[in-house]
Amino acid sequence: MNLLNISGSPHVHSDESTKKIMWRVNLALVPALIVAITFFGVNALLVSLISVASCVLFQWLIEKFILKQPTTVWDGSAIVTGLLLAFNVPATVDMMWIVVIGALVAIGIAKMAFGGLGKNPFNPAIVGRIFLLISFPVQMTTWPKPGFTMSFDAATGATPLGAFKEGALPADVTLMDAFLGHIGGSMGEISAIAILLGAIYLLCRKIITWHIPVAFIGTAFVFSGILWLVNPETYMDPVMTIFTGGIMLGACFMATDMVTSPMAKSGQLIFGFGCGLLTIVIRNWGAYPEGVSFAILIMNGVTPLLNRWCKPKRFAV
Amino acid sequence: MKTSDIIKNGLIKENPTWVLILGMCPTLATTTSAINGLSMGLATTFVLMMSNIVISLLKSVIPDKVRIPAFIVIIATFVTMVEMVMKAYLPALYESLGLFIALIVVNCIVLGRAEAFASKNNVGQSFLDGLFMGLGFTWALTLLGMVRELLGTGCFFGHSLIGGADGMLMMILPPGGFLALGLLMALINHLRRSKVK
Amino acid sequence: MAKKAQSTLPNMLMALTAIALVAAAALAALNGVTKEPIAQAQQAKVTRAISAVLPAFDRLEDRDVDGTLCHIGYDAEGNFVGAAIESGNDKGFGGHLQLMVGFDKEGTVCGYQILETHETPGLGAKADQWFQKDGKGCVVGLKPFGSALTVKKDGGTVDAISGSTITSRAFLGIVNDAAEVFSNITI
Repeated sequence: MNLLNISGSPHVHSDESTKKIMWRVNLALVPALIVAITFFGVNALLVSLISVASCVLFQWLIEKFILKQPTTVWDGSAIVTGLLLAFNVPATVDMMWIVVIGALVAIGIAKMAFGGLGKNPFNPAIVGRIFLLISFPVQMTTWPKPGFTMSFDAATGATPLGAFKEGALPADVTLMDAFLGHIGGSMGEISAIAILLGAIYLLCRKIITWHIPVAFIGTAFVFSGILWLVNPETYMDPVMTIFTGGIMLGACFMATDMVTSPMAKSGQLIFGFGCGLLTIVIRNWGAYPEGVSFAILIMNGVTPLLNRWCKPKRFAV
Repeated sequence: MKTSDIIKNGLIKENPTWVLILGMCPTLATTTSAINGLSMGLATTFVLMMSNIVISLLKSVIPDKVRIPAFIVIIATFVTMVEMVMKAYLPALYESLGLFIALIVVNCIVLGRAEAFASKNNVGQSFLDGLFMGLGFTWALTLLGMVRELLGTGCFFGHSLIGGADGMLMMILPPGGFLALGLLMALINHLRRSKVK
Repeated sequence: MAKKAQSTLPNMLMALTAIALVAAAALAALNGVTKEPIAQAQQAKVTRAISAVLPAFDRLEDRDVDGTLCHIGYDAEGNFVGAAIESGNDKGFGGHLQLMVGFDKEGTVCGYQILETHETPGLGAKADQWFQKDGKGCVVGLKPFGSALTVKKDGGTVDAISGSTITSRAFLGIVNDAAEVFSNITI
């Protein structure tokens, strides 16, 4: 098909490829993985391994036996999905089998049923996470307390967002805890600094642009800030808002997924704005304490419209 | 039309759920368990059979221009009968199917068969068509209900297979209905196609 | 095949009128047959719920207390044995939740039945077992007077259904309301 793709010369050859991009994303996820293992111990390591292995396995099985195509597991995209899925679940023993179901939904339903990488309208890892959240509400909201441990039975505690929804923020959670990752939560979302490290790497490598993360986090900050100024009793303060829950992880790694976010810069800004707004709306007035994944999923659905709407004008027409 | 063709059409070739994709509202809404799917299917089968017989009998006295209102009145009468009988003698079942019994009136399959088959064929064939279209609908709903109940609660016709544990809740909620329907439809159409080859 | 009726106005009118008349007659006849069983089935449901939540009784008296329907039970000698109270609120996760809560003569909860629920299957819908005698959040045997029943998360003593705090709160709210009504019953 490339033969038909004619554009004006000169042509610049780039060494970008799907494979390279995906492996760089994997590399960018490593700091958050290290933090997860530091705070949640052996459980975090095992859940991540199982998640990645089952995503790769399901992709291979589907390509080999159902689609009868050459396998594409080595492009690394299944590994990204596996890691992100693991990052979105609590690091508990139950998750070691539940995450396998999430991997099947993410790869089988959200990705391969639509035709594989590049054709999926929704982010596979988010579809997997939401399927699990609705299917296993108890196990998906049993959060281990942070603190390195080699044992499988960690004490459980609440997430800052969960605690806030139930009444008040626990007094012992400081902003520094949230920044470093010493809080309860899904294993990849706890440490803002590890996620930002990975995001800066992706920005330097020009794999993501600043538009979606900045619009997402900025909107969440401003909107929650307005609410907080109106009534600091019922609404969380904006700084804490963006450092707790999945906003950092979602904004940097999941909303920026190339396949499911708009192509034009203006579209990306609208996309990020929508994610931020919906997240805060769901957090404050929804049934769930956290709304990042629902917000991104909804905006994924809007992406084709944004792509059409924000198409750059052609010259000389 | 040959009897064997009518049977094959209803059960497989023109199956209302998997092939014609008619009557999706009760299909998705009532199949939270196998027993609900089965009962909904049987109730619809009864309505289909009776309305097909009556409409086939009356086809020459109903003027064309008012045939749709006439069909709807006939169908609604049988649906109301099913509803009253179920309320009187099977109250527990009536409660779990609820509103959807009344909604059989607007199920596309019933009016569809009246219009496409019963108003053009004789009584015997119309009866068979109603019966086997209904059974085709019934097996589809029962299968869908079985799959959703098994995945969603770990039960088979109400009997727990995995002691005490929960299933994947999503499957007995509305989104799970769409997922199960889509996946089963893909599987069944795949099987049908590979058989044709 | 017989000649098809033409779509003239008299034909159309006649056909529709005849069909409507026959349909109405058939339904009226069937209604006559099923009316009694339907009423019985509904009565049986209420009676089953009452006997499930009350201590053994001989005679029932239905009374309206503060706008709430109460079924008051007496034994053979005419002594008060307890009351079953139909109470509900709209605070459930799926909307309205209606219960039949039974109290013995001391005001101890002796059982409950769910009359109407729209809670999520597998989560809030577990309330039908959860708060029963052998359930994890047993309310049977408690006396919700003086201090209202609340879930542990709100500083109370009752275990909420895992993952369904909202349903649990709505449920306990209804039990507390029923207790309030119970204390206003005068024998």
